Amino acid sequence: MNRPKKQEFKFPTHIDEYPTGPQYKAGFLPEINAGWRSVRPVIDHEACVFCLRCYLLCPDGTILKENGKIEFDMDYCKGCGVCAHECPTDAIKMVKE
Amino acid sequence: MTTNNKIFISGDEAVAQGVKLCRPHVIAAYPITPQTITVERLSEMVEAGEMEGIYMHVESEHSAISAAMGACAVGARTFTASSSQGLLYMAEGLHYCSGGRWPVVMMNANRSVALPWSIYGDQRDSLSLLDCGWIQVYVEDAQEALDMIIQAYKIAEHKDVLTPMMVNLDGFILTHTYELVAIPEQKMVDEFLPVFETPNKMSFEEPKNLGFSSKPDDNTEFKYQQNEAMFNAIDVIRDVDQEFAEKFGRKYYDMVEEYQCEDAEVVLVALGSVCGTIRVVVDKMRAEGKKVGLLKIRYMRPFPEAEVKNLARRVNAIGVIDKDISFGYEGTVYTNVNSAISKIDKYVYKSNFVGGLGGRDITKAEIEEMFDKLFFGVANKSEEKVEFFSLNVETND
Repeated sequence: MNRPKKQEFKFPTHIDEYPTGPQYKAGFLPEINAGWRSVRPVIDHEACVFCLRCYLLCPDGTILKENGKIEFDMDYCKGCGVCAHECPTDAIKMVKE
Repeated sequence: MTTNNKIFISGDEAVAQGVKLCRPHVIAAYPITPQTITVERLSEMVEAGEMEGIYMHVESEHSAISAAMGACAVGARTFTASSSQGLLYMAEGLHYCSGGRWPVVMMNANRSVALPWSIYGDQRDSLSLLDCGWIQVYVEDAQEALDMIIQAYKIAEHKDVLTPMMVNLDGFILTHTYELVAIPEQKMVDEFLPVFETPNKMSFEEPKNLGFSSKPDDNTEFKYQQNEAMFNAIDVIRDVDQEFAEKFGRKYYDMVEEYQCEDAEVVLVALGSVCGTIRVVVDKMRAEGKKVGLLKIRYMRPFPEAEVKNLARRVNAIGVIDKDISFGYEGTVYTNVNSAISKIDKYVYKSNFVGGLGGRDITKAEIEEMFDKLFFGVANKSEEKVEFFSLNVETND
């Protein structure tokens, strides 16, 4: 299953625009919580060996495999630093926002 | 019309036969007296290969309703059954299920709730859960129980309703007594009951976020919509009953059934099996020239407000038999009936008779006494009150 693409969410204006009960097409996240961050991860792609340890361990699932490279979804990264801590090649550094 | 084959079975078994005819994919239930025979029979049917569904052995009623919801959320037709403490143990899941708009069908054997511990029948279990968002229907005999299971799937799964439904049978009085029940042909039930389809299901083609949370911005809208679906059910109930009558030759008068109410002065309102006894008393008193009638409320949710108002406009007194009590006030059926009557521009004398608790019989003599009390109340402009029927001891009142 492909990761759903995030799309802009339009807040309903009529009751008929609501789904039948709380079930809705996946991929809509009406809020972002990047405001939690005080530091953010920065990756050195030269040093990265694409072992995917960070991808597996990110507690918020904000690490993406884009065209064979690691990328971060900065809308949802909370800056916890688990990825940097676990990177075997120290390719990820946490820098102040 | 059909040539139905009739068999001599209990109410519980009639429910099992009805469920089998509806071809559920998943049955998740935990046995509890007096619902036990239903789930035993269904598990035997599954084991013998008489039906194709899966019978899930769960460790509790909480798990039963959770499993039923999960199955419904992948698009399966689902059945569960419970009673009394078991139904109360499901309570958390009942709200979840109705809010998720998963049309699970449940049989509930009406049984007293503890303490004092009692396995015998009254209606406190389901009436205490009137606000959990499930459609509630109360049946009078085993034939109606079987027929309402079939109707329940058609009503609950309707696209404008998508609300779970509870079919209530009086414990022991209906669940364990035997009568001749007509079993519809499978082919006709298949024609009557289409394949279950719902937009609310897990699908790899169309992935959805199922059963999500809401913020204060959204919650009211979801609840408004759920309430509207319950009102939509009123029309669907009427249409389904009409279609059922045309196909199977048995009609249940949708939301309520009036018996001898055309020119009645005094009427008793009741749910479930006691209506059968009231009919006999009505016939006897009618033969004596007394203008009495019965309003059998079939559906407590959605509530038949229009039908109750319509009746109240034509009669002088309404007595409500409650096989339950909301401690510190009055019977729950009485509260609901009163609320509807308060919206008409006319005074009707009312009285609440709380009886049949913990399996105590409501006798023909007691029902006649209730009618007499209503006649007396109208004639003497008596105070309206809640009365317990019938205590074996003197009280301080």
